[in-house]
Formats: sequence, C-alpha cells, structure tokens
Amino acid sequence: MKNNNNAGIEDVLDDVLQSYPAKSMKNRKEHILVKDKKKDKHKIKANTRTIPGIITNRGCAYAGCRGVVLGPLKDVVQLVHGPIGCSYYAWGMRRHQGVAAEGGKNFINYTFSTDMQDSDVVFGGERKLKEAIKEAVEIFNPSTIMITATCPVGLIGDDINNIAKKAEEEYGITVMAFNCEGYKGVSQSAGHHIANNEIMANLVGIEDKELDHKYPINLMGEYNIGGDAFEIERILEKIGYDIVASFSGNGTADQIKYSHEADLNLVQCHRSINYIAEMFEEKYGIPWLKVNFLGVDATIKALRNMAEYFGDPELKERTEKVIAEELAQIEGPLNRYQELFEGKTAFLFVGGSRAHHYQNVFKRIGIETVVAGYEFGHRDDYEGREVIPDIEMTADDRNIPELEVTKDDKKYNMRISKAKKEELQQKMPLDYYEGMIKEMEDGSIVIDDLNHHEHIKLTEALEPDIFCSGIKDKYTSHKMGIFSKQLHSYDYSGPYAGFKGHLQFAEDIAAGILNPSWSYINPPWKDNVELAGTIGGVR
Amino acid sequence: MQDLVPKEYKERNSLVINPVKTCQPIGAMYAALGIHGALPHSHGSQGCCSYHRMHLTKHFREPVVASSSSFTEGASVFGGRANLETALKNIFAVYDPEVVAINTTCLSETIGDDIGSIINGFDVPAGKTIIHASTPSYVGSHITGFSNMVKAVIKQVSEKNEDAKTNNKINLIPGFVDPGDIREIKRILEAMGIDYILFPDQSDVLDTPLDGSYDMYPEGGVTIPELKDTGNSQATIALGEFAASDPAFELEKKHDVKPYTLKSPVGIKATDEFLMQLMKLTGKEVPAEIEKERGQLVDIIADTHHQFHGKKVAVYGDPDIVISLTEFVLSLGMKPVHILTGTPDKKFEETVAEMMESADWKYNLTAGGDLFQLHQWIKNDQVDLLLGNSYGKLVAKQEDVPLVRVGFPILDRSVHSYLPTIGYKGAILLVEKISGALLDRKDRDTDFELIEFVL
Repeated sequence: MKNNNNAGIEDVLDDVLQSYPAKSMKNRKEHILVKDKKKDKHKIKANTRTIPGIITNRGCAYAGCRGVVLGPLKDVVQLVHGPIGCSYYAWGMRRHQGVAAEGGKNFINYTFSTDMQDSDVVFGGERKLKEAIKEAVEIFNPSTIMITATCPVGLIGDDINNIAKKAEEEYGITVMAFNCEGYKGVSQSAGHHIANNEIMANLVGIEDKELDHKYPINLMGEYNIGGDAFEIERILEKIGYDIVASFSGNGTADQIKYSHEADLNLVQCHRSINYIAEMFEEKYGIPWLKVNFLGVDATIKALRNMAEYFGDPELKERTEKVIAEELAQIEGPLNRYQELFEGKTAFLFVGGSRAHHYQNVFKRIGIETVVAGYEFGHRDDYEGREVIPDIEMTADDRNIPELEVTKDDKKYNMRISKAKKEELQQKMPLDYYEGMIKEMEDGSIVIDDLNHHEHIKLTEALEPDIFCSGIKDKYTSHKMGIFSKQLHSYDYSGPYAGFKGHLQFAEDIAAGILNPSWSYINPPWKDNVELAGTIGGVR
Repeated sequence: MQDLVPKEYKERNSLVINPVKTCQPIGAMYAALGIHGALPHSHGSQGCCSYHRMHLTKHFREPVVASSSSFTEGASVFGGRANLETALKNIFAVYDPEVVAINTTCLSETIGDDIGSIINGFDVPAGKTIIHASTPSYVGSHITGFSNMVKAVIKQVSEKNEDAKTNNKINLIPGFVDPGDIREIKRILEAMGIDYILFPDQSDVLDTPLDGSYDMYPEGGVTIPELKDTGNSQATIALGEFAASDPAFELEKKHDVKPYTLKSPVGIKATDEFLMQLMKLTGKEVPAEIEKERGQLVDIIADTHHQFHGKKVAVYGDPDIVISLTEFVLSLGMKPVHILTGTPDKKFEETVAEMMESADWKYNLTAGGDLFQLHQWIKNDQVDLLLGNSYGKLVAKQEDVPLVRVGFPILDRSVHSYLPTIGYKGAILLVEKISGALLDRKDRDTDFELIEFVL
C-alpha cells in the first residue's frame, strides 16, 4: 500500500473526485470518508440515487426481490411477469443452492416468465398472467407461486395482487404478488424491503405447527451462496439447534408459513432482512440476534452469543465442544495462510453486509482491509442502528410502503423478559447491528456505491493485493494485474461460512494471489534489453 | 434438477419455462461494443444495464462497461429526459468516450421517451457521436436488439460521397458472433485481398490481452469514419438473416448499397457460399491457403464419417447459428431431430424446413420455443447429442446426453470467444468438439473388454 497516512489518503480522494463535474463531485464526496479513530461519529451518505451516467454496479428492486430474497426458496414457482430478460437473468446466476426436502419439489434450476409481448403492453398483461398461473399449476402443481413484477407491469397497471388473490382461491395454493418493479427505490435494497413486507404480511404465520424443538431458530438473511447455509446448518445442528425456517437460503415457503414458532431469529445479512426481523419481534415477541458466520472468529462469537441467549449450561458446553472440534481441523493450515499473506491488503466492495463480514475473514489470514464499501447499504449498515432515527426519508424511500404490524394476540409470546433482554444486550448484538465503520482500521477508506472510475483510481493509488466485488469489476481488476475474488457469487467456489469455509476461502485466495499467471504479465524481452544473440553459429 | 419435466405434453400458451432467448437491450449493448471508443448506454432503470453487463462479462470473461440513465419512480412517471441529459453530461465529463450508443429498455419504451428529440436538444461535444436505437424488450429477442442497434448505426452515421464514387470496399456485417469468428472472417477477407469495412467488430475489444494496464476503450472496434464510409461501399454482405440483414437493407435504402444476405458461414456449405459470393462481388480468387483448409476439412469428415453417421442431434440457440449448425450436422451425416430457437420468427422455420426437405425422419422444429419444450421433445425422442448454449446442460445432465457448447451464451466453459466457429477452420474445430463428445461418451459406455485405441 502506497499511502499509509490520512493526509496521503485525502490527496488520493481529491484526485478521485476532481474528474467529476461540480454537482456530481459534491454528491460523490458525501459517499466517501476516511476512518478516523479520533472521531466519535462518522457520517456517510448512502441509499440515495445513483447519478445517471455514473457507471454504478447497482441493480434494481426486481433483482433484490426476485433474485436475492425470493430466489433461494426451493419449493416456489417464481413466476416473473414481464418481458423475457428479467426472468432469464435471474436464472441460476446467484449461485444460491438448494436441496429438495424429502418428497418436496425443487424449482431452483427453472425460471418462469410470462414473456410479455408488445400487445400485452398495449392491451394489458393480466390475461397472460392468469393463463401462465393456470399452466404452472397444471404442469407442476406447486404449493406456492410468487409473482414478481418487472418495470412495464406497474406502468400499464396490471393488478397482480388481485390476480394472485383470485388464483389462490381458485387453485387452493399460496399465490403471492410482489410489486417490485425495477424502477422502485434506488437499488436492490428496495426489492429486499418489498419482499420482506409481502412475506411478513402474507406468508409468515399462515400455518401453525406443533414443534418439539428445544432450541428452535430461524436463519435470516443467509442465501446459501456456494453452499454457505449447508455448512451453517451442519454446525448448528451439530450443537443441537433446530432450524425452523430459513429466509431464504436452502429454505422453503412451506417452512416460513410456521416460522413464528421459533424462539430466536439469527440475522446474517442485516440489510436485506432486518425489516422481517424487526416485525417478528413486534408481532410475535421473538428477538433477533445479529450474527456473522463468515470467519472463524465471528462464527465463534455468534455461537457463544446464541448459547448465552438460551442460557442452558449444557448447550454452552456443547457449543464449546463443537468450536474446539471444528477449530482443531483448521487452525494449523489457517495459521500457515496467515504467515503467507501477512501484510497484504484488500479492497472490498460488496453487498449490504459482506464488505463488513469479510473483514474479519481477511484479518484472520493476515490481510488488512484498506477500502470497504457497500453497493446498496443504508447508513445504519455503515454507522450502526443507532442512526436510524436520524436518517432522512427521501422521495424514493416513501415510494416503498411501510408495513405496520401489531402484536398478534393469539401468537404473541415474549420469548425473554424485558430485563433479561437488557442484560443480554450488554453482552451481545441482540436487536442491534453496529455497522461496518466501528470495526474498521484507522485511515481506511469507506466508500458507498463505488463506481467504475473510483474503482480504477483507488486501485491505481492504493495497489491492493486483492479486489473483492462482483463479475462486472472482476476482469477490470485482472487487466490491472490484481487478483479479484467475487464476493457476491464466490466465483465458482464455496462454502466460505463457518470453520471449514474459512479455510476454503484462504485456499481460494492463495490460488488467486499466487497463481503463476501474474508473473508472466511482462514478456521477458521487455525486461531484458541487452539481448545479444548470434545467428547460425556459436558465440 | 430437471426432474419435474413431464414426458406428456400439456398445452402452454403463456408460460415460458427456461427460455432460449433474452431481451433486446443486451444485443444492442453487444453491438455497440463493436464500435471503437463507444460506451453503450442503457436508457432505463439501472438493473437492466447491470444484468446485461454481467451476462456479457460471463460469456467473454472480459470487462464490459456500460452506463445507465438510472431511472427512479419519478423518472418513470415524468419521463427520462432529465436523466438522459444528466447522464450524457457525466459520461462525457468523466469517461470521455468517442461514441455513446444508447439503447432503450421496456421501461423507457413503455413511457414513450423520444430519445431522438432529447439528443437533438443536447449539446454534443465536438468530435463526439451519439447513436440511439429503439430496443423494446417485449419485441423479438437479443438478436433483434443486436440488429436494431446496427441498423441505427447505419441510419444515423453512414454517408455517401457527393460524387457517388465507390470506395471499392465490401461492407461486412458478421452478425451476433464471437471475436474469434470476426478474426476468422477478417483473415479470409485479407487472404483474398479484399478491402472491407466490418461492423460491428468486437475483436480487440472483448478478447484483449492481460498486460497489467486497463484500457476502458481498447484498440478494437469499427471507427466512426469507417462507418460513415459504408455508404460508399460496393456491396454489403450480411452474415445471418436475423442478426445482420436489416442493417444491410437499411444501407440499400439509404445509399443504394446492394445487400447480400447469406447464412452465417458455419460449416462447409455455408462457408462455400460465403466465398463464392465474395468472388462474385470482387472478382478475387480464393487463395491456395484457404482452399487447402477446405480440403483438410473434407478429408477429416471423410475419414471420420463413421463417428457421426446417423447420430440423432438436438440443435437449439439463436436463429442464424442454429440454421447453419443444422446444415452442418446434415453434411456430417447426422440426423437433426429437434431444432429450436427462442427468437420468435416464422422465417426461421421456413428456412430450416427447406433444408430438411430430403430428411426421411420425423423431426420437431419451432421458432419461439423454450428449453422446457426441447426437453419434452427429447423425452419423447431421445438424441445422441445436444448442440447449443450452456443452459442446455440442465437437459444434458437430466437425460444423460453429451452437450457440445456452441453459440451464446457459454458461461461454464472458456476460450470459445477466442476461437472461430465460422469458416473452414471453425468447422474443423467444431468437428473436433462433436467427435470428442461422442467418442468420450462411447468410451465411457464401452465395457473394458471391448475398449479400443483406434476409433
């Protein structure tokens, strides 16, 4: 890293910003800050509109709803109402994996669309949607169909909610509609919120089930990318937890229907699922615990917090035993990777959580995070939930309806007393997320909605050893001779969660950084100017 | 798993399952990348642009950079003029492209933004060019979008000299093909000594070397002066009726440049036709070097015919490539029994049906179909081989049929974009792939006692 003092970093940032027209410069400046340990508070602008023309990595509300939150649900026919592209691009690209429950159906490898044509845009697409639902029921007989709206649907006024309601009555299955048109909000984040609202309003709690579980939990905001949820499930089940429902990695809509029977909600990705977690507490009295199963240290912390929450000595003992067993398998090799990577630096731009979650993963293997930013995070994801009351609502926020939930008189059951909760909150992030910035090192850069220009400029100035983002930036980084690891999809690998996952991650980083290809970038004749040779004879 | 696909057909008019097409804007974006110094711009919500960039990046494993008008709900209600104007200002200030090539999306088309009038009111910096194409996602497919962008380029950029003097060049529109194909077409033209203007040209844009530096606008791509000059060319050859012929006809309409639409030159017959057309138009000879390659291809097919003879094959993908692949597998002695494209156009069915006239076996043929339909066909009439894009692996795995990846997109293999499918060289590579897939399967299924070294 070239610049290791704050003054130097300010120069770098000035250089990044000076290419913008005045108005855009002013805007972007507020999305960038340098962590300064001397300051109590850091304020960053986030979850605001991307400036048109500035090459952003962000996607749309549809992608956040259909792609992120709903996509991993295995037993659901995800029926996309719109022109073909939106359904096509959401097909198998996020690497959320899922194994069908015994006797259950798995629709993850399929994508469904109404393939809206120009006549549908002119005369309305309702007839086509109704017919598509009928055909899906006749061919697949699914227990749940989720209809997601794409841009034209809202504009032409197709009433997908009414169609869903009628289809539900007609076919006796669950049919839900998500008004997640791509233009809503400012990023994928709007789609998460829309998905959360609809799931809470029309799926959670529609069935009751007697569960004979000692420690029933829901896993929230974990999407089973590259099999992360499989590994988390393995560890949790080994300790003795019962996962009631997953929102939504390797999960099913059928489980979500009775997910109010759990006693604790674990929140992995705060950004995409915090709305549901909050509403669960309000409606059913179930608290949520912020966890991070990425990285050994974070995983251990999460497991200990969970055991502490349930407070059972036997559970605590079992937790320590599992931690010890799992650690024993990976600590040696992980320490060797730490020695190998010591002093290397990483540039992270991903998600609404992962740019935070992966910092401890890198740290444990000797790699310091010098830049971190979210693609679609909000201020609370950076600064902690305490700033929520201060966040100004924008016009774009107001376009996404807030779902008001109230205490469910029949199903509400306060899992822990107020006093107990307050006591636990002193020890653990119960109903709380601290955000990314607090954990970051002095002098590191925090950048929201990073764009193409900033990616290149910061890479040139800081020369990180690894750049972690998505596929759109990956090869730009490679052209610059810097290994890029995708942290949205994990490229072609995973799981990275838990103990073994951390080792898998370290191995993949080693494979990337140490790949011989980087040493071949300069042809030998470019280094060796004094080539002397003879033709046709010996010298 | 694709275990939920039943053998029994049920009527399906509205539900598309596992498509063999995507929407127009990605085709337009790909076409725009074949213009030197161009930044494709997507006028709509930013998700479209992200999806298209991601998808092209996955096929090419190269940076694909494009900008968006980043619509919000407000823009969707009040129109996207302000967003586009802001976008253009920022684009020229920050990214400094020579060309901005704008495509629309279903969003901007539905609200009816008039891009032409927005651009007319925009103060374009000196020496810069803005091109715009109407590419509604709810019409046609990505192939339509490719064609629409190339047509828009011709309409808005091509010129004719006042003296109407020909530049003695041939315009060549290669269609929706890979940089490796484009390099092969150029090699053939150069070997024959033909002056040409090829567009769009993604070679040296989406197959650039790793040399430690990143160039947002790589050296490749057809230039604006070249595009202007297309109006003075002797003729236009469009390789592929679906992706390439419309722009060729546009050149005829605008500047009276004669269009010749040929099949995408995949396989021996289509490549022969391509070379014959070049000879007719230019009077140039096919050089010995190319003739030798043809002879090698014929030699290979004759020597290995037993590997292909009578094998049943399903061909799916984009219309131009599927037409040529069907012709090629027929020339190998194989039996195409399922032929499908997702792009809805009856002309595809007519062209293929004509090719299949002498076929004495039953076959399925459709334009506007999906992979679910192809899978059902296969369940009812099994095949020895699948030829098409990466998505077919779902069917291949479920039905335990080998798959040879050809066309777009190929997401789960690499190097395809560097090598040709087109021309005699491309056909030799295809024969190697098909033969390898069939024989790997044969070896896998042969008992040890019967295993052979020579096949």
